[in-house]
Amino acid sequence: MSGITIDVQPMVEEPSRDVTRAGSAAGSDQPAEMDAVFELEGVSIHYGDFQAVRDISLRIARNQISALIGPSGCGKSTVLRSLNRMNDLVPSARLDGTIRYNGEDIYDPAIDPVEVRRRIGMVFQKPNPFPKSIYDNVAFGPRLNKFRGNLDELVERSLRRAALWDEVKDKLGNNGLSLSGGQQQRLCIARAIAVEPDVILMDEPCSALDPIATLRIEELMHELKSNYTIVIVTHNMQQAARASDVTAFLTMGEDRAGYLVEMAPTATLFTRPASKLTEDYITGRFG
Amino acid sequence: MTANAQAGRVSLQVASGHARRRAWFSRGMTGILGLALLLAVIPLALILAVIVVNGLPAMNWEFLTSTFNFSRRTPGGGYFHGLVGTLYMGGLATLMAVPAGIAAAVFLTEFPRHRLAGPVRFFSDVMTGVPSVFVGLFVYTILVRQMGFGTFVGAVSLAIIMLPIVVRSAEEILRLVPAELKRASYALGARHWQTVFGVVLPTASPGLVTASMLAVARALGETAPLVLTALAAQSVVLDLQGSGQTALPLLVFREARGAFEAGQQRAWAGALELMALVLLLTIVARAFGARRGGRS
Repeated sequence: MSGITIDVQPMVEEPSRDVTRAGSAAGSDQPAEMDAVFELEGVSIHYGDFQAVRDISLRIARNQISALIGPSGCGKSTVLRSLNRMNDLVPSARLDGTIRYNGEDIYDPAIDPVEVRRRIGMVFQKPNPFPKSIYDNVAFGPRLNKFRGNLDELVERSLRRAALWDEVKDKLGNNGLSLSGGQQQRLCIARAIAVEPDVILMDEPCSALDPIATLRIEELMHELKSNYTIVIVTHNMQQAARASDVTAFLTMGEDRAGYLVEMAPTATLFTRPASKLTEDYITGRFG
Repeated sequence: MTANAQAGRVSLQVASGHARRRAWFSRGMTGILGLALLLAVIPLALILAVIVVNGLPAMNWEFLTSTFNFSRRTPGGGYFHGLVGTLYMGGLATLMAVPAGIAAAVFLTEFPRHRLAGPVRFFSDVMTGVPSVFVGLFVYTILVRQMGFGTFVGAVSLAIIMLPIVVRSAEEILRLVPAELKRASYALGARHWQTVFGVVLPTASPGLVTASMLAVARALGETAPLVLTALAAQSVVLDLQGSGQTALPLLVFREARGAFEAGQQRAWAGALELMALVLLLTIVARAFGARRGGRS
């Protein structure tokens, strides 16, 4: 099934800026030539009998920051967690539809979810460093993969990319939990970067941080964009407007199942939303 | 007041009418709780005091380092063989019970929905309540009648006593490992076993050490199962099986019941030695746990 779709929409190595220029693209009607990292088709997710997300189809472009926004309970975190199969850890979770990552169906029975997670890293809402040293936190992932290079160098590089190196270079042996909240979150980003993923998923990464720490994370996301594809879930519309290239707005229907209202370049979505629902939400009349 | 009345508000004064009564009530309850604490601490303090007061006079270097005299009637001699037996059997029992118990606890926390999880938890609870003399009888029936008395069978009986304590307390400790840490590990591409060994066990290690120490302390003080499995020894025994073994509580038990003043003195000193041993092991384990665990 996945093969057919790929034939219909050949993926061309096209610079991802095209998406930004694509203007009024609404819903999942992204231009076909976009270099998509993820393609979701008809994705529905259930937790037991409860339908959390209904029939979502969208594409996420490479080397861009895509934001998922929407009211609480609209399933945006559920969608995010389905991208690296973290929902598999919830015993009652079930997914219908297809999610393709670089053209491969990640829910194919032949695919090992652990391999998916090694390529698609994740940063969580609450900073969650391991109760280990700063060094061991960053080295955790590479050690899992039996990393055979210069580990010190990799740790330094990851911490530098996460804009934390200067603050911790003299105390790499200290416990990760001794850092401040914002530093802990940057440590978690460094930890995710250290396994050299392709994509970083961020689930409301700033909701536990103060405005200054939030700004640092946003700057960091901007720097990381050139090397990684970032998908961020946020409650904070200003953050989506400031930090993302493309924004998807999700809301929920009467049955409390979340669905995609529209997805568009951020500037378009916030200035000329295609849907009345989006307009109400971004102008604060709903949510 | 009038301003308040005009605005339809109840003044703070009126609303606080019972403030004094509440303060007295609070003081009274605090007092009752303090009394309850005192009641709980008194027996413990008395036991400690009586053991120290009675044991200290008979405690000396000779007691710690020598075995029985030729005559039990006379003062002198000591429980060195009992100390060796206690450490020997306690060590073996720890090697048997702690790894198995922690493994069972990991099973219970990592596979809570497994159909064996319920039965394992239930039987651990039941085993915690089994009187230790039954454990002795059980080991006597299935092992001692074939193998004879000795260190190994004694250690097995102690391990059976330790196992359910380790399982249940370790399970509680492992349950405290935050789910976010496990999720972080999975998100980095860790497999289930890598998450258990790389995150869950290291995070829980200080607590696991404490859980194990609880069980060790309990086992070192056991007498009844050892009567039926280790039996007795007059001198230091290093054989695993083939001859009887002794332990500090066994010696205390025998000599405390005896008719000789000198023996009773040694029993007090033996009780003090056992208590100090458990205290020492607990302190060492705590220090070790604190260092390894490395919580900020």
